Amino acid sequence: MTDKVAVVTGGSRGIGRAIALRLAADGFAVGVNYTSNAAKADEVVAIIEASGGRALAVKADVGDADAVAAMFATVEEGLGPVTVLVNNAGITDDGLLLRMGPEQWDRVIATNLRSVYLCTKAALRGMIRAKGGRVINVSSVSGVSGNAGQANYAASKAGVIGFTKSIAKEVGSRGITVNAVAPGFIATDMTDALGDSVTDAAAQQISLGRLGSPEEVASIVGYLASDGASYITGQTIVVDGGLAL
Amino acid sequence: MERSDIEAKMRELLVEELGLDEDKITMSATFEEDLEVDSLGVVELLMALEDNFGVQIPDEEAESLVTVGEAVDLVAAKLNA
Repeated sequence: MTDKVAVVTGGSRGIGRAIALRLAADGFAVGVNYTSNAAKADEVVAIIEASGGRALAVKADVGDADAVAAMFATVEEGLGPVTVLVNNAGITDDGLLLRMGPEQWDRVIATNLRSVYLCTKAALRGMIRAKGGRVINVSSVSGVSGNAGQANYAASKAGVIGFTKSIAKEVGSRGITVNAVAPGFIATDMTDALGDSVTDAAAQQISLGRLGSPEEVASIVGYLASDGASYITGQTIVVDGGLAL
Repeated sequence: MERSDIEAKMRELLVEELGLDEDKITMSATFEEDLEVDSLGVVELLMALEDNFGVQIPDEEAESLVTVGEAVDLVAAKLNA
């Protein structure tokens, strides 16, 4: 069994997929979590295995405590104790606040923030016991700077930042680092759904004049999961091509 | 489970899970002062007790544990309940 085992929530598509592939390339066995797209998750597993790596697709609604517990049990059994957790699962359900229904609010908070609480708590047991580990949370520039029409999303992502700092302080004594990455506009299904006019307008605001690729976010996650990042904790690293400046 | 077995297991957990010095572990030793167990260490101990003895220790009960002996008492009470 390999020593390096990662769980990537929302690992079947977009940034999560790129993270799973990057960690696998770096020698991690990867638990690829998904909620509904089994085919895409299996595809990620297949790519990893074709390169000689180990991976497992694990279906779980990360906003649900029992599902999260089962997910970690499955990964531990199939791949080994989890040494890196990437809390990437996230959805948007945009709208102006005055038109935002409670369910719209709750759903985004549950998937984006409650999941971070549940998954981190589940992963920390083993990491504390092992006196080491990495937790990497995917936040967003939305959480750093706010975004009209994304009160729920921005709140959840800002929440991820506060959570990151708190847990970094709580478990640092056990050699566990906890960091966040805040991506800007990245070319994934999530930004595709915004439409060209929105993304073109966004590109105007971005210093590098373009959207980022999922690999450009996975790259920093891969670094944070590596030995080289051993003295970095409680940080939020913005990967936005110079948008939130 | 015999109390002496619980004591022995408790001792083992404190040494292995919390990395404590075996010589310092007496039934009257306090977690905070004598054994210098920090708040996270208490959580680690609770997790180890739950995993090894199969007991559930809610926060309110955990808060009242001051000495090793009290932890043994608590586990014994739950196992024999």
